[in-house]
Amino acid sequence: MIPSAFDYAAPATVAEALGVLADAGDDVKLLAGGQSLIPVMKLRLADPAMVVDLGRIGELSGVRDDGDALLIGAMTTHHQIATDPLIAEHLPLLAKAAATVADPQVRHRGTFGGALVHADPAGDMPAPVLATDATFILAGPNGERRVAAADFFQGYFTTAVDDGEILTHIRVPKYTGWGAHYEKFTRVAQQWSIVAVAAMVRVEGGTIAEARIGLTNMASTPLRATAVEQALVGAPLTREAIATASAHAAEGTDPASDLNGDAAYRRHLAEVLTKRAVIAAAGL
Amino acid sequence: MTITEVGRSRLRKEDAHLITGRSRYTDNITLPGMLHLAMVRSPFAHAKITSIDASAAKSSPGVVAVLTGADVAAEQGSLPNAWPITPDQKAPAHPAIAVDAVAFAGEVVACIIARSAAAARDAVELVDVSYEELPVVLDLEEALKDEVLAHPDLGTNKSATWIFDSGEAGTGKPISEALNGAEVLIERTFYQQRLIPAFMEPRSTLVDPTGEQITVWSATQIPHILRLMLALTLGIPESKVRVIAPDVGGGFGGKLQVTPEEAITVLAARHTGKPCKYTETRSESLMAAHHGRAQVQKVKLAATKDGIVTGLDVHLLADMGAYLGLVTSGVPILGAFMYNSIYKFPAYRFECTNLFTNKAWTDAYRGAGRPEATFAIERLMDELAVELGMDPLELREKNWIKHEEFPFTTVAGLEYDSGNYEAATAKALELFGYDELRAEQVRRREANDPVQLGIGISTFTEMCGLAPSRVLGALSYAAGGWEHAQVRVLPTGNIEVVTGSSAHGQGHETAWSQLVADRLGVPFENVEVLHGDTQTSQRGLDTYGSRSLTVGGMAVLAAADKVIEKAKVVAAHMMEASEEDIEFTDGKFSVKGTDQSTALGEIAFAVFSAHNLPDGFEPNLDSNATFDPQNFSFPHGTHLAAMEVDTETGQVTIRKYVCVDDVGVVVNPLIVEGQVHGGLAQGIAQALYEEAVHDDAGTLVTGSFVDYLVPSAPDLPHFTTARTETPSTTNQLGAKGVGEAGTIASTPAIVNGVLDAVRHLGVKDIKMPCTPSRVWAALEEAKTTGGVQ
Amino acid sequence: MASSKTITVEVDDVSYTDDVEPRLLLVQYLRERLGKTGTLIGCDTTNCGACTVHLDGVSVKSCTMFAVQADGHNVTTIEGLARDGKLAPLQQAFHQCHALQCGFCTPGMIMQSASLLTENPHPTEQEIRDGLEGNLCRCTGYQNIVAAVQAAADGTVSSDSTVSADSDESETAGVA
Repeated sequence: MIPSAFDYAAPATVAEALGVLADAGDDVKLLAGGQSLIPVMKLRLADPAMVVDLGRIGELSGVRDDGDALLIGAMTTHHQIATDPLIAEHLPLLAKAAATVADPQVRHRGTFGGALVHADPAGDMPAPVLATDATFILAGPNGERRVAAADFFQGYFTTAVDDGEILTHIRVPKYTGWGAHYEKFTRVAQQWSIVAVAAMVRVEGGTIAEARIGLTNMASTPLRATAVEQALVGAPLTREAIATASAHAAEGTDPASDLNGDAAYRRHLAEVLTKRAVIAAAGL
Repeated sequence: MTITEVGRSRLRKEDAHLITGRSRYTDNITLPGMLHLAMVRSPFAHAKITSIDASAAKSSPGVVAVLTGADVAAEQGSLPNAWPITPDQKAPAHPAIAVDAVAFAGEVVACIIARSAAAARDAVELVDVSYEELPVVLDLEEALKDEVLAHPDLGTNKSATWIFDSGEAGTGKPISEALNGAEVLIERTFYQQRLIPAFMEPRSTLVDPTGEQITVWSATQIPHILRLMLALTLGIPESKVRVIAPDVGGGFGGKLQVTPEEAITVLAARHTGKPCKYTETRSESLMAAHHGRAQVQKVKLAATKDGIVTGLDVHLLADMGAYLGLVTSGVPILGAFMYNSIYKFPAYRFECTNLFTNKAWTDAYRGAGRPEATFAIERLMDELAVELGMDPLELREKNWIKHEEFPFTTVAGLEYDSGNYEAATAKALELFGYDELRAEQVRRREANDPVQLGIGISTFTEMCGLAPSRVLGALSYAAGGWEHAQVRVLPTGNIEVVTGSSAHGQGHETAWSQLVADRLGVPFENVEVLHGDTQTSQRGLDTYGSRSLTVGGMAVLAAADKVIEKAKVVAAHMMEASEEDIEFTDGKFSVKGTDQSTALGEIAFAVFSAHNLPDGFEPNLDSNATFDPQNFSFPHGTHLAAMEVDTETGQVTIRKYVCVDDVGVVVNPLIVEGQVHGGLAQGIAQALYEEAVHDDAGTLVTGSFVDYLVPSAPDLPHFTTARTETPSTTNQLGAKGVGEAGTIASTPAIVNGVLDAVRHLGVKDIKMPCTPSRVWAALEEAKTTGGVQ
Repeated sequence: MASSKTITVEVDDVSYTDDVEPRLLLVQYLRERLGKTGTLIGCDTTNCGACTVHLDGVSVKSCTMFAVQADGHNVTTIEGLARDGKLAPLQQAFHQCHALQCGFCTPGMIMQSASLLTENPHPTEQEIRDGLEGNLCRCTGYQNIVAAVQAAADGTVSSDSTVSADSDESETAGVA
């Protein structure tokens, strides 16, 4: 319950934060909403020598219209994502996924960027973001660099963010008019996803014109269910067609086995939940 | 006496300070110069301690001292087991701080004493303990083989074997007859998974050694027992120990214990001469506070073809864990008398083998033995109904004790004083809409609906009001089962009730006030209930086993009656009448046939001033009473659960839950309903959510609330609760006890419902908790085995 | 030892300035430094919600924030909810509906319920249950807690000391 002692800095700007990071050495953690970091520090599963709190950097928070995309500050909370009118209009998938994260108190503190950089395989934000083909904007000692979502998640709790870098914004293309749904499966309400499926579909005249499917907790990183996406394109808007396409959901996955179910069960769940997510997204 | 309070939904007196944050839980209390403790715990489930180097910890900033087992070996004694169930019961020594070896992961090996909690925690990392790992035994079937021993010194994992045989006891026929001649024999093995009580307030103990007496504040259900046991264990005169249970945040049996941490905090205070406080983290609590259930039940039910049960044979393996706590060994025995439940079996045999494993020790958890028994018999009755193609309710009715047959002596030798199973069941069926749900079940089956519907039934009884002292004596329990109360009349006529019951959420302050207000005819508001401090409440046996009202409440009434008798003497003197002519009603003493009367309050002041009392009258009205029940009480009820099973995912949801409980006469319906709701939640949690899981090395995998899944509000349904009222005849109020009813009844109702939903698909059983993955796996297995039962 | 930081926090309408170690959790600051022991600690993994307080008007788990993060912010605890000696409607509702037994989850439950009603003044039963998913109670089975939040939302909280005595046949406890 009591973390190890650490040094603390709360820079007011990204530039200042980068300076602090540059001087801080290796054993440093960035503190965003802290809803994953602080619990592991309390259990002393993490004991950084220094914590750099991003909570005082105003420029990292909020959602902005950026033409064909929304520019979302990394420190925007899950609660903001779930209730923001721009997101509701252009990226309802993110709103729906954010509303399922943990519990209301955690959503008030926990951040979009924090969850993405934490990259927990069972976390609810990475798969939807992957499905949107978002771009991650990183600030570093050598300036800004952009990473595509497909390249961002690299392994268990591992992303493309290097030491000394800060995720500042996520630029997410608009999917205005697409149907969206996040189907999350848990044993109790307040639980990490056992498996979850993020689905977006664009329907045109009774057929599915485009589909984007992201899978949560089906591997060490979030995955795109590309075989399902391909099978859905051009499919008629029927439950049967969606079920047939969803049978490909477990292809290329590598889920873990744990107390909540073994890999075979997770593969099965991926198919069922994909079917349900797509049906809901399509408004059937 | 006019009854205006008993039966009334009084809002609780306890609430005001709890809803405003003026609570007084142990960890809220701070004393000058107070030191903080942190425990160094074994990461291994079984190991020899080869050395401990605490030098770095001792020199860590803020650290005052470090205690190891060796440091306190001469004074720490062995923690108590109060229930040697057989004369040859085996039990390992149980030091508060391990000295030579550890037998479960989480056992304390050293204690840091520091000026701040943070300094104590920091130093935990600095204690260098060398262990030599030993093989672990975790599984009950493995433990039975005695190949790997949890305690090599004992030479066996078997602590004791305890048998009840109706043939030998003379309460029924020999079981062999029933089994050999059975027309139908149902044989099953059920697994009662290990549970964790998970009270919301982590345990905390504060010990002040300054002054002439050691004062112990502790998050405990049992301040009186704790006082006695700490004194005996640590060799302190009982008179020098005061135990206070301030606000206590739930217990459910989990705080019915004399814990290593409590003993260690006393030792630390004694060593430093300063107040010392220890508050566990939730992770420590889940790992090291005692667990519950953990039994394997091998059961055989014999019956005739037309559904008359002829005998029940029970073989239990009960997991003690690594040590015997206060009543660890007796928990299965509490179930032994309940396997026959509400039924008229002619033959019954129960045999239990208590086994040691390298896990945290088990002990009382809400229901303690009785939920396990009820689960087994209610599952068996459903299995028999399926075998015979009978409606499960019809089968139960064929076998249960009819209301006109009470009092009824059961095959387990208990005399059930009262009950009406027909009435409770009829009411439950009406509220549930049984026939409509059965019709919907048929429709869904025929339509091959992906979401199938099942109906789960549990008719149950339990033994409450622990316990008649002579029965406890016959079962080799070390203490009695009485309860004590004192009623004090203050000069103003206000009343103080001192109770030996020790509430930690049950609402005794409110309920006891209602009892006394009626009995003494004083306003509810004028009664104050004092409890939880051995200096105020000197005698008591505390709160557990649904005993407080039926035992403690009766003591309160008996003490109030003595007050009336004393006051009568003074009333007669004041009104110059003879005692025989004095009547007491509604708080007033009056002279028969006259309009002369005097109120209790007036008498109270007259006694206080003592100016004019009868010769030889001792100037006080205060009275003590100790109540020892002559029998248990037997609440019962019928619980019905409509369960939906999503056959695509295995997800189980409760569509509807109806329960009708008969807990006898009710003092406060609001409190009774609250007890039922909470009990249901815990029983449902066993059926669907909770399980303490260990890995192969004996490490607790479900070591936090991330993995030990206590349900929250969206995981539970709205419950429909109702009551029938068949008064108990074993106490003057007619009350029966309600604390454990919901927990005992709900688990089999839920599991029976889940199975009823998927049995037609070929599923025969699902282990608890019925997780989605287990349900799905059972459905998959049924598919591959042909899907036909 | 990491150097301490000076923080100024307004808690229950009083401004406090203190030097704190960065690792000090907000809940520990409230309990140990300010004596605000009404806010309780029930777990170490951000699950139980017993420590819920309001930070600038919204619910947070005070065990999952460092005190330094609250610098310059406004905190309301269960101890600051009653105004002018009068219970807040939710406090009254919890009493009236028998929504507490041991009381340990109660401060967090009330604070989260207050935040829930701010965001959604007229919730359905399901929305109440969902809104309390981050708060564990081991005593009540949640039914009376849900009823209390509903009563507070509906404005049916009375100041009576009893509810009617004939609620023994009712399907719901509490508000008769």
